[in-house]
Amino acid sequence: MGDHTTRLTGPVAQSGQCLLFLAKMISGIRFSSSQVRSVLQQTYLIGARSLVIIMICGFFVGMVLSLQAINALEQFGASDQVSLLVVKSLFRELGPVLTALLFAGRAGTSVTAEIGLMKATNQIEAMELMAIDPIQVIALPRFLAGLISLPLLTAMFNALAILGSVVFSIGVMDLDAGIYWSKLQEGVYFHKDFVGGIWKSLVFGGLVSLIAVFFGYTAKPTGAGVGTATTNTVVVSSVLILVFDFIMTSFFT
Amino acid sequence: MEQAQINKTAIRIRDLVFRRGRNTILDGISMDIQQGSIVAFMGPSGVGKTTILRLISGQLKPDEGTIEVYGQMVSGMSDRELHHFRRNIGVLLQDGALFTDLTVFENIATPLREHTDLPEPLLRRLVMVKLNAVGLGGIEDLMPHELSGGMARRVAFARAVVLDPRIMLYDEPMTGLDPIAVSTVRTLMRETNDTLGLTSIVVTHNVTQMSQLVDYCYIIASAKIAGEGPPEQLNLSTEPSVDQFMNGKMEGPIPFHYQTPGTPWGLLD
Repeated sequence: MGDHTTRLTGPVAQSGQCLLFLAKMISGIRFSSSQVRSVLQQTYLIGARSLVIIMICGFFVGMVLSLQAINALEQFGASDQVSLLVVKSLFRELGPVLTALLFAGRAGTSVTAEIGLMKATNQIEAMELMAIDPIQVIALPRFLAGLISLPLLTAMFNALAILGSVVFSIGVMDLDAGIYWSKLQEGVYFHKDFVGGIWKSLVFGGLVSLIAVFFGYTAKPTGAGVGTATTNTVVVSSVLILVFDFIMTSFFT
Repeated sequence: MEQAQINKTAIRIRDLVFRRGRNTILDGISMDIQQGSIVAFMGPSGVGKTTILRLISGQLKPDEGTIEVYGQMVSGMSDRELHHFRRNIGVLLQDGALFTDLTVFENIATPLREHTDLPEPLLRRLVMVKLNAVGLGGIEDLMPHELSGGMARRVAFARAVVLDPRIMLYDEPMTGLDPIAVSTVRTLMRETNDTLGLTSIVVTHNVTQMSQLVDYCYIIASAKIAGEGPPEQLNLSTEPSVDQFMNGKMEGPIPFHYQTPGTPWGLLD
């Protein structure tokens, strides 16, 4: 990015730069074998390595949701509806949003810090001097990997949360397994609930990865600069995830 | 060096002016760098030596003046033209700037993978030839953090020459190296330059290391060329800035304090 654009500051100019950055990345998509290899490698590093934390969190979220739901529903004698309440809220909101927030903290920060450090140690400059476009080689694979990973991680989060809910409701609270599953089957819809949530997570994936690579790429090449960029990634992506969640929900519901 | 090679100009710079904010970093620099030579830009820290390298490689655009490399006008190139142009330039940055998450082999192979379609066995052979040329055959599977400073610099050197560039730019290539590593890198620079017929530009502030290597020196002070010539000639120069720099004197025209417009130091003048 030229000097005249980096001199502009403020959120508006930064958003513009961020969109230009996105356009530059997208124009670099080639489907070449080296690009595919590097996207797969990053999907492993960013996505597969986030699996454990996502699964553990999903399991406990499922348990705590069921605990609260059963407590509330018992007052109306409706505790057999627990699976409906838990799974619907998971598929529609909590799954995509919580996974995206966890993903921003786990993978977004590491991408920003990695790219920022590469910049601080002149590796980005070395690439430019070798006539290699760092936006295509460094930023694009990480962006695409984030875009692919988050919907998959969200599905995994949902699955583990249901498991947590089953363990708590049926195993601990002794609810009837048949009722639990039949209510779920009756009231939760694949397209409306599950797929709708996955679409959301695709948007969150793009958002978090774009912010992570952009902040890394534009970080000041100093220790403090990389630190600030990493913090900004978490703060900005968390806020935007919630803002976009509201916008998407209000449009599509 | 053959006389025929020396007479051809590889890089021609005319009336170069570069400003950063209100500070003029370079003011009216002109020079002709001959093909096949090793030229040093010397001068105190922060004087704009690295800026000239960045102007030649097209990372920065001059405010005035022109830079011509093998007849191509670098100062007016579009991004696409620059991208193409840089394949002919090898750059060794101050700390080597190896890619820390790639092995030594992959570091050297990166430019080849990006710019050629060589089959893997040939690519492997080419990388090994370059690695052997810098005396480091057998370390291809190591990671950059496992290398000493001198080894890392030599790997970066192998990476810089792997596409057989026509021009090599070195930014402080010997900083932080022990004396043996300094001699090794110096020999490599000279041999590569002469065997491949390159033109090399070295930015440095180390007078003794350079006088044994380069053919021609430019001393840059106060945004201008304070002196130029072969190193042995510059050692005898009576020009105050050149004499101050070459002999490391504190007294002289090169100021101790950083000069900014409007500092209180102006009151003392």
